[in-house]
Amino acid sequence: MARRVSPARIALTTVVAWVVGFVIFFPILWTVLTSFKTELEAFSIPPKFLFFHWTLENYRLVQERSDYFAHAWNSVVLSFGSVLLAMLIAVPAAWAMAFAPTERTRGTLLWMLSTKMMPSVGVLVPIYLIYRDLGLLDSHIGLIALLCLANLPIVIWMLFTYFKEIPKGILEASRMDGIGTGREIVFVLAPMALPGIASTLLLNVVLAWNEAFWTLNLTTSKAAPLTAFIASYSSPEGLFWAKLSAAATLAIAPILVLGWLTQRQLVRGLTFGAVK
Amino acid sequence: MATQHTRVLGRILVAPSVILLFAWMIVPLALTIYFSTLRYNLLNPGVEQFVGAENYIYFLSDPAFIGSLLNTLVLVGSVLAITVVLGVLIALLLDQMFVGRSIVRLMVIAPFFVMPTVSALVWKNLLMHPVSGVFAWIATSLGFRAIDWFAQVPMLAIILIVAWQWLPFSTLVLLTALQSLDSEEKEAADMDGTRPIPFFFHIVLPHLARAVTVVILIQTIFLLTVFAEIFVTTGGGPGIKTTNLAFLIYAQALLQYDVGGASAGGIVAVVLANIVAFFLVRLVGKNLEA
Repeated sequence: MARRVSPARIALTTVVAWVVGFVIFFPILWTVLTSFKTELEAFSIPPKFLFFHWTLENYRLVQERSDYFAHAWNSVVLSFGSVLLAMLIAVPAAWAMAFAPTERTRGTLLWMLSTKMMPSVGVLVPIYLIYRDLGLLDSHIGLIALLCLANLPIVIWMLFTYFKEIPKGILEASRMDGIGTGREIVFVLAPMALPGIASTLLLNVVLAWNEAFWTLNLTTSKAAPLTAFIASYSSPEGLFWAKLSAAATLAIAPILVLGWLTQRQLVRGLTFGAVK
Repeated sequence: MATQHTRVLGRILVAPSVILLFAWMIVPLALTIYFSTLRYNLLNPGVEQFVGAENYIYFLSDPAFIGSLLNTLVLVGSVLAITVVLGVLIALLLDQMFVGRSIVRLMVIAPFFVMPTVSALVWKNLLMHPVSGVFAWIATSLGFRAIDWFAQVPMLAIILIVAWQWLPFSTLVLLTALQSLDSEEKEAADMDGTRPIPFFFHIVLPHLARAVTVVILIQTIFLLTVFAEIFVTTGGGPGIKTTNLAFLIYAQALLQYDVGGASAGGIVAVVLANIVAFFLVRLVGKNLEA
């Protein structure tokens, strides 16, 4: 039985919660609004909240000036490429550790987690030099490999926590019924494993999309994703706030939608199952 | 009940991940250690020579190192304090019953998905600009003088930006923990007539302790190496006021081309991160047995 809460209290909580939510969300909202203003109105004091001349001009200029679509494509290639590659390596490993654990499984998992703790900046120098010598700087393949390795521990951990929850009895039951291995995978295992695999994929795409240490340091133009595209707006060549806002909106919109879809898995994925 | 056959198969399936992660960890780390013992500048290649601990002595005795270490601690500590305290409060708020919960929840977690370069630029220009920023407008409307954030209080500006980015994470983790608090416990407290404040301190807070620890450890790992926010706003300045350890090493390596010195700094960063990681891994490991 839920506790009875008085309407007055609900009303008060509603007001407070919406104010808090609005304050936290304000920087994003303001960016989106500014992206539709003219440069002049973007600067106006007092700021114009809704009543300004709405325009799409900034979006056109941003695409023209710094080629949004090329960078967005790089972001898609790097984030999906690196996560799909990581899944390919991680699914068998997580599966084996969840379904046939040995006395070494726990140690292996914790060791994998500890590799994620290494600060990137500690290995920046050798990676930079190796990439320079192998011609991998500013290349898709180099960045995909790097982001794949950087996210691999999280991918394995998330998959492991999902796979561990698949009841093992169901496998034995289906085996007793005498279905073959192929059909067992397609009809029994896949349907139970897919939700976990999908959540892992989405959350890690979000992480790879926003990764801003390696992408800033190892790309210049050809493979530069949206993180670098936005950083190019930091140079103070005049103040183009409306254009900056349009570029920012374009950079975060796709991943914000994806992020909102994965929010339920966020906690579990990023705390390595320590909080569920 | 693993048979010999499944054991072998299991090992084969796990092997690629282990080998790749091992190589990814050991090769760059070994190289970093090796470079850290050399006098090696990219502007002056071909004359590398072994200098023992000289780079470490140089790096550790550089006043910029102490400064950046302090900056790192201030940044990590302040962001942790802000995100944990506000995180608990907002999680308690979101756990209440009110109209439009799922929408407010979406608004609160949104900053986590904004890439660091975007949030840094948006805060710096649209919000914190001393003349045309929203904060300046609010301050002057209320009759105060506008603050020139990045000139007067650059570190505070960075702290606010980073705290804004991490607040959703701590809120969400704490909210998840809060929702797992037994509703029977809540009802029992209700019937006993326990007042909200003692209830919070005696039942809710101890229940959250574990989640708070997780938040602190995981955020520390990420906060120790905050980079993009500094890179696009202050470039570590003015002076070294906003240079943290990660940025100092980056500057040493890719701006001054001092491979030896940067590598020594990198090892120092690895050692610091490992101290935190030790506790996190133990905490997660305990959970694995449960």
